[in-house]
Amino acid sequence: MSLKIPVGPQHPALKEPENFTFTLDGEYVVGVEARIGYMHKGVEKLMESKNYIQNIPLVERICGICNVAHTLCYCQNVEYLYEREIPRRAEYIRVIIEELNRIHSHLLWIGIAAHEIGFDTLFMYIWRDREVVMDLIELLTGNRVSTSSNTIGGVRRDIDKGMEYKLRKGLDILEERTRYYKRIALEEPTLLVRLKGVGVLTPQEAVKWSAVGPTLRASGIKSDVRMDDPYAAHDEVPFNVVTYDTCDVFGRLIVRADETLESIEMIRYCLDHMPGGPIRIRLPNTPPVGESVSRVEAPRGEDIHYVRSNGTDKPARYKVRAPTLGNIASLVEMLTSKGDYLVHIADIPVVLAGIDPCMCCMDRTTRFIDPAKGKGWTWTWDQLKAYSKEAWRRRA
Amino acid sequence: MGLVNWARRRSPWLLHFNTGGCNACDIEVVAALTPRYDVERFGALLMGSPRHADIMVVTGAITGQVKRRLIRVYEQMPEPKFVVAVGNCCISGGVYRGAYNVEEGLDTVLPVDAYVYGCPPKPEAIVKAIAALQDKIKSMEKRVEEEEAIGYES
Repeated sequence: MSLKIPVGPQHPALKEPENFTFTLDGEYVVGVEARIGYMHKGVEKLMESKNYIQNIPLVERICGICNVAHTLCYCQNVEYLYEREIPRRAEYIRVIIEELNRIHSHLLWIGIAAHEIGFDTLFMYIWRDREVVMDLIELLTGNRVSTSSNTIGGVRRDIDKGMEYKLRKGLDILEERTRYYKRIALEEPTLLVRLKGVGVLTPQEAVKWSAVGPTLRASGIKSDVRMDDPYAAHDEVPFNVVTYDTCDVFGRLIVRADETLESIEMIRYCLDHMPGGPIRIRLPNTPPVGESVSRVEAPRGEDIHYVRSNGTDKPARYKVRAPTLGNIASLVEMLTSKGDYLVHIADIPVVLAGIDPCMCCMDRTTRFIDPAKGKGWTWTWDQLKAYSKEAWRRRA
Repeated sequence: MGLVNWARRRSPWLLHFNTGGCNACDIEVVAALTPRYDVERFGALLMGSPRHADIMVVTGAITGQVKRRLIRVYEQMPEPKFVVAVGNCCISGGVYRGAYNVEEGLDTVLPVDAYVYGCPPKPEAIVKAIAALQDKIKSMEKRVEEEEAIGYES
């Protein structure tokens, strides 16, 4: 006997419209089918109709939470096309803004995870302290969420002494509070009972399903683009890649708390060692013909952008592989009961939240829908090729 | 009717529906519920089900796939119901305007009572929209009283 329940597109456990169909056996989840694509807007196609500078605000709005990672990835990518180095000071400022963004994203996640297990007190506490980092981002860039700091050839705003003073004071508060929350996470029975052994992803499965970011690192695998393929000023700024070996949601919580502390240290290092000089170089509007790929460690994992230019002021093709798309396959694995590992219905929200899903980043894929029948289906690459050949033969 | 409207004005329950935005507005809506901004002092609470909600807070550009579901969720809400469009994408399509899968604004799909512009708007602006809607409910109350005085069935 099995029962199928749909979750979404509008559901309190999901912050974004996505649909999951769970197959249940009594109290346990035995199968899950993710149906993605509600958030598909057509950003990649729209980018082909705007020039490189106009595309910066659009790329920023691929994801509102990890917007700095996306703009950084985009600007780097276009700079690779020009084959020009940007000023060192700009690279340091990019790292500072990126790490502030990571702190805000990770604190947000810890709050949401606490909310999903019904621990709303912790949620409210963390979101109160998160306002400190939001104020710092507003101070440095002029906006709370969408920073608009990165641009092609550098950054748009410099950091002066007054900002630096306020930034250091804010970081002290954040460090103290993050240490306090980490202590709570390690001691508080409510969190331990609800998070330990939930949403298990073994290291083999994590690699097999190409998990990225904190989800992968919580499975004990040391992988971080900042360390493996340093960009901006990450080749000079020292940090530790945080890993944890419990492979569950609890591990992901500890990894994110530790990464927040690492980020705070990185920002302090950047402020201490920041070189002088200009913050931006001017580049011509039209990059040379070519293609390039750039990678950035977004708060949720590895973000990959690809660009192809054809000598005009607009990109010929732009492709984004956002981190959540890498994690969604492993999510299906985490939500399926196998042998001794049982997934309760009550654990669905926190496991879903565990990968820090950002559906709007992810919905770059399409599904075939027949509007007349209202039915959708999926095709493999070979089936699609066969269909296109058949359709063209019929047309000819 | 006066008492019901008074209660309604003091406890507008919210339904948050993301129609395909970039999440920036969503985190600002959630930030409006948390201690610094605390929209709960106006009686507003976030609800999971559309059947419990008075105000639908819509964030994000309206994508082709979500449009039909949005109308369905709206129809499930009990009368009287109000819609708040949060963010530029929701108001007009914003930065996504011209993309093949995006509608040009929420008011082409649903009747909208309050617009909150910004990309994303600050939580203060969202709190202000809720307060403005309470005034609107209050003015509705007056209208009902006038109608009763004239003798219309309400």
